[in-house]
Amino acid sequence: MRFLPAGDLAVCVELGEEISVEVNTRVRALEFLIQQKGLTGVVETVPAYSSLLVYYDPRAVGFEPLCAAIAELVPQATTAVLPPPRTVELPCCYDDPELGFDLAAAAERLELARDDLVRLHAGADYLVYFIGFTPGLPYMTGMPERINIPRLDTPRTKTPPGSVGIGGIQCCIYSVESPGGFWILGRTPVPLYDPTASEPTLLRPGDRVRFRQIDRAEFDSIGAAVAARAYRPVIA
Amino acid sequence: MIRILDAGPQTTVQDLGRTGQMRYGIPPSGPVDRFAFVLANRLVGNADTAAALECTLIGPRFEIASAGTIAVTGADMPVTVNGQRAAGWRTIAVKAGDIVKLGPARTGVRSYVGVAGGLDVPLVLGSRSTYLRGRVGGVEGRALRKGDELRLLPSRPVKPRHVEPRAIPDYTGEPTVRAVLGPQADRFTAEGLEALFGGRYEVLPQSDRMGSRLRGPRIAHARGHDIVSDGIALGSIQVPGDGQPIVLLVDRQSTGGYTKAATICSCDIWRVGQARPGQSLRFHQIGVDEAHRLFREADRALEAAVREEIA
Repeated sequence: MRFLPAGDLAVCVELGEEISVEVNTRVRALEFLIQQKGLTGVVETVPAYSSLLVYYDPRAVGFEPLCAAIAELVPQATTAVLPPPRTVELPCCYDDPELGFDLAAAAERLELARDDLVRLHAGADYLVYFIGFTPGLPYMTGMPERINIPRLDTPRTKTPPGSVGIGGIQCCIYSVESPGGFWILGRTPVPLYDPTASEPTLLRPGDRVRFRQIDRAEFDSIGAAVAARAYRPVIA
Repeated sequence: MIRILDAGPQTTVQDLGRTGQMRYGIPPSGPVDRFAFVLANRLVGNADTAAALECTLIGPRFEIASAGTIAVTGADMPVTVNGQRAAGWRTIAVKAGDIVKLGPARTGVRSYVGVAGGLDVPLVLGSRSTYLRGRVGGVEGRALRKGDELRLLPSRPVKPRHVEPRAIPDYTGEPTVRAVLGPQADRFTAEGLEALFGGRYEVLPQSDRMGSRLRGPRIAHARGHDIVSDGIALGSIQVPGDGQPIVLLVDRQSTGGYTKAATICSCDIWRVGQARPGQSLRFHQIGVDEAHRLFREADRALEAAVREEIA
């Protein structure tokens, strides 16, 4: 464990240097404990793969006392303290080349039938390590090793929001239109980020994500319900 | 109410920013120059949290709908009311129908227009700040444009006030900004860190509210420029593979995978935000305790900056 100063308003609490469910669970548990105990001077926390960035108010707490208070919580930061995770179901349309525009090429590259690639991708359980980079974008684990694939040689400059892609060992869902190097297998009609909603982001650190295969007709009808504010995401 | 007649290149509504949303990938936003922003509010008798305008390089032209008080701070944009020159860093009494104009900045980048009562735009996630990339806050999540009308919250009568001349910052020259080593200082060579704290870094035109891009002596990595992504603090000096620093500001991405050599102290962020493209900066290394002492000193300077005028 290391406490790395990040200026005068934040400290990076590093619990490891690797990407693993084990270390990330400790990061999220530490965040939960800090919030639950209402640690003096803590303003905001940002979990990542293996570290927690803790923003603090130096009027309320000094660097050393804050680090000491956090260090005391670290041994208790295990999966046991975390509330049960939510499972968020994301409908995803794979079988339309307009939406999953890299599906055929990715299947060929992986030497898989298209249906098998879809089955492997949609059949997995994903865990949201953390949210970052753009509003509501999940960093997830859980993708089957068989569909690990090098990123695109030439990243595209624009990827539509909702695009579900794979690259390296990662599965990515674009929350806003962005450049990117992922192979796009499909698209979810459920917005991960809706700036006009009262809660703009859908996913939270620690959520489980399951994809549900839908056809184009259902994609369009869910899209229409979303636009009419009549859609409620399936969260268990 | 104020009515925008000409918006300028990037005028946005900002308050002190959003808290608690970075874990969902939404940055705090808020003013790049918090010092000038807070003074604009204090001059007109507002709480520090009231919403004001942040204007970039060229100010807006707007019409006042009812009598009130405004104050302009930050970058030196010449202010006129109905064509008559008015001073910055002090209260300006305005009446219905007055046309206020802020010209191109002679020094600095960002100026702030505080309006008695504060701008009344909806609170989004607890803040009125505009986050342009995320299209939230302010007016429809965007920069202001011609024809926008901004309502004001109720205000009390405002006594004439000004900022002490010695408290008005100088945005010219080559500012030195103080920074604390880390979080990934161990990823750089000794020569790389010497370059960072010894060299001059020029501000590039590609700078914005997300970050200031700089160019100067290469900050060499000891081992790889990629890290396992982590949270990005305000003022992080991020150094990608090309060895050139990017200082991350209020609209920064919440997490990222590049090494960060050092982090600029909060009391010096405004020096970065007010440095124009072509201007240079120097970095000076300090410890966390010293940074906290400077933080308290900056707070006290702010407390002492505004003077009420004796009629």
